[in-house]
Amino acid sequence: MEKMKLLAEWKYEPKKIERGYAGRTLYVNIGDRSFKEKPVTEDMKEKFVGGRGFGLKLLWDAVKDTTKWNDPENELVISGGPLCGITQYPGSGKCYTVFISPLTEQTYDSNAGGYFGPLLKFSGWDALEVQGKSDRDVILFIDGDNNKVEVYESPFEDINAVTITEALHEYFADSEEDKRNISVASTGKGAETTNWGCLNMSFYDLRRKTPRLKQAGRGGGGTVFRDKKLAAIVVRKRGVGPASNNPADISVLQRTGLKLHKEIRDLDDQQNKMRKVGTPHLNEIMNEYHLLPVHNYKFGQHPEASKIHSKIFEKLFTQGIPDGCWYGCSMACAKAVDGFELKTGPLKGKKVTVDGPEYETCAGLGSNIGIFDPEWIIEANFYADHYGIDTISLGTGLAFVCECYELGFLNKDITNGLELKFGSKDDLMELIHRMGRGDDKFASIVGLGIHKMKKVFAEKYGAPFEVMEKIGMEGQGIEVSEYVPKESVAQWGGYFLTLKGPQHDEAWLIFMDRVNKQLPTFEDKAEALHYFPNFRLWFSLVGLCKLPWNDIEPADNVVKYKGIEAAKVPEHVQNYVDLFNAVTGKSITKEELIVQSERVYNFQRVFQLRLGKGTRRDHNIPLRAIGPVFPEEWEVRTEYYDNELKAAGIDSKGLTTEEKIRKLQEYRLSQWEQLVDAVYKRRGWNKNGIPTVETLKRLGIDYPDVVEVVRKHSKPEDNWEE
Amino acid sequence: MIRVNGEEMEWRPGLTVKDILEAKRFVFPMIGVWINDKPVPRDKFETTTVNDGDEVQVIHMISGG
Ligand code: SF4
Repeated sequence: MEKMKLLAEWKYEPKKIERGYAGRTLYVNIGDRSFKEKPVTEDMKEKFVGGRGFGLKLLWDAVKDTTKWNDPENELVISGGPLCGITQYPGSGKCYTVFISPLTEQTYDSNAGGYFGPLLKFSGWDALEVQGKSDRDVILFIDGDNNKVEVYESPFEDINAVTITEALHEYFADSEEDKRNISVASTGKGAETTNWGCLNMSFYDLRRKTPRLKQAGRGGGGTVFRDKKLAAIVVRKRGVGPASNNPADISVLQRTGLKLHKEIRDLDDQQNKMRKVGTPHLNEIMNEYHLLPVHNYKFGQHPEASKIHSKIFEKLFTQGIPDGCWYGCSMACAKAVDGFELKTGPLKGKKVTVDGPEYETCAGLGSNIGIFDPEWIIEANFYADHYGIDTISLGTGLAFVCECYELGFLNKDITNGLELKFGSKDDLMELIHRMGRGDDKFASIVGLGIHKMKKVFAEKYGAPFEVMEKIGMEGQGIEVSEYVPKESVAQWGGYFLTLKGPQHDEAWLIFMDRVNKQLPTFEDKAEALHYFPNFRLWFSLVGLCKLPWNDIEPADNVVKYKGIEAAKVPEHVQNYVDLFNAVTGKSITKEELIVQSERVYNFQRVFQLRLGKGTRRDHNIPLRAIGPVFPEEWEVRTEYYDNELKAAGIDSKGLTTEEKIRKLQEYRLSQWEQLVDAVYKRRGWNKNGIPTVETLKRLGIDYPDVVEVVRKHSKPEDNWEE
Repeated sequence: MIRVNGEEMEWRPGLTVKDILEAKRFVFPMIGVWINDKPVPRDKFETTTVNDGDEVQVIHMISGG
């Protein structure tokens, strides 16, 4: 590769990490190519902890109430958190990217594995804030070895992820071994042509001799990245080791880590087999329990689901390689298919390593679009990553398109010759390539996302908006991830009463609610919708991966603890408390851990409000998410749905299926409203879903500008009656 | 008759925890079972029988991908 043209350079003082923090953040304006460092105050650590918390705080200070996703003042803030980069405990290399999303037009945060977060911190920065827009494609390089930041003009014609990541690992490394000290954040052409742009964060796999890509998939962060004309961000830091975080008590990290390594070694094969199959262990489980999305979430099961059984992926994934996406992750679920020969697209005939597919991709780019062909799924997975497109939004978006096509709302004239029925493998793959090329008008409309597609399909092609409103699986502007929520009231909240839209990273309560029957009342559901979102948010503050929390559990967990307590995996929660204290030198309790999250949860809620969202109106739910829309959905589960009507005290004798569907919808919508009320009350919000000033005070986030936003939007009639 | 997660289920002599899980198609590997509030270790599912009238709780330890 030719020498890149340097456009700007900035030198900084080296900084030793103290107890998990560098104590400062890096600001880069990619528009005027200016740089500065900002201090991390004690208050910032106390109230926002790190990671997503830092991202939200920095973004809050950077934008106006009116800022849109493509305004120059929108930022991409990437931050790991105080535990990010420890090597003793599995799952400690995550970083979080925060930005205003092109899909939801409010703040979004998305996490990725790979080495980016740790290497950024060990280069001396708790967060990287990128603002402004460049006039040309650039590569931002953080050189943690020589303590400088550089901006290069990008020489790349092809900015797709695999191409650019391979080239930049090569360019910035002195040797094959040195490639491990580099991480590249990139996206691809599809992030320009769609709102579904993802970020790929790399780590170099020395055994395979290739970079691997882990995605911050959701929310359109890649689209913001390309809007700023970033081609890549590279970070390099050599000499990272077990003490790089300079923890207060390293022995606790070693002890706690060893305990979990042992659990994983002894129990993973009997539990989720994460080391062999990764998250696709869920493929058959979800199908068995009617939760696998099939044909745009119409159904939860399909006879051909056995073709995407994890046993099949187990054979396709290369075995015997420790697939951790950061040092020390013995959970090692970052599975990959090696030597995969691409059958289509610009790299046709090339043999590649494909990261994944994960469960979500198997379902989104599989069952949900009526495809049960593992090789097709792997190919689609590869190209989605390469083009920088989130596989989840892509899968759910394509499922919506297929249903619209089958309902006759779209035809080949509209789709420029593509027959987009469920299972139309060749034409669906071609549509993905058209998104990756950006040369097709229909593909561009699809890439707007379901929320906007509904409007365009109605206005341009006369498709009935009210039907699309029922079947379009999105909330707050973003596509639902890959679980059928219609049979669990609590999961309606887990998906649709969320900060940023229906993603499964807040609460996944389907089993607890529907199968285990542990949440019988609305208050029980609200309690779970308080605890689990807050507990899970904590991972995003400190730089940890959620999977080692409960995809492995101590052998005696279900003997020692009962019910919901067991579901919390108390010993692992204690590990997290111990790890936090051992790194930072603080002494929080498990209750304080939840309060740390609750602060950021409420701060983000107020942030959405500040940007013109964040009220009850924005917690919308499509009818397909709460029950059947069409008779065929009812008729595959007649017994279940008839019983549901009966349990609701509705006499269904003599009713047609359509009438029964209407009755159930009415009933479930009233349940939805009850759920919303119960959850808002539990969270300390008013009737309109706005945190009260008392809640802000209780959490210590009653900063004047935060309180002002709440006051401005709160009305007396939204207070709860005594 | 026994109750499994609050729902009635036919009882027969010799009915084991494993039989219940199979009948209900509870195939997830990380499951906790309590009979009348007493935990049953996973390696005893096959050999533990339930009595008529027992209250069985089956908890899936799962919270999504
Ligand atoms: S559990 Fe999997 S995703 Fe999480 S850090 Fe480990 S390898 Fe990465």
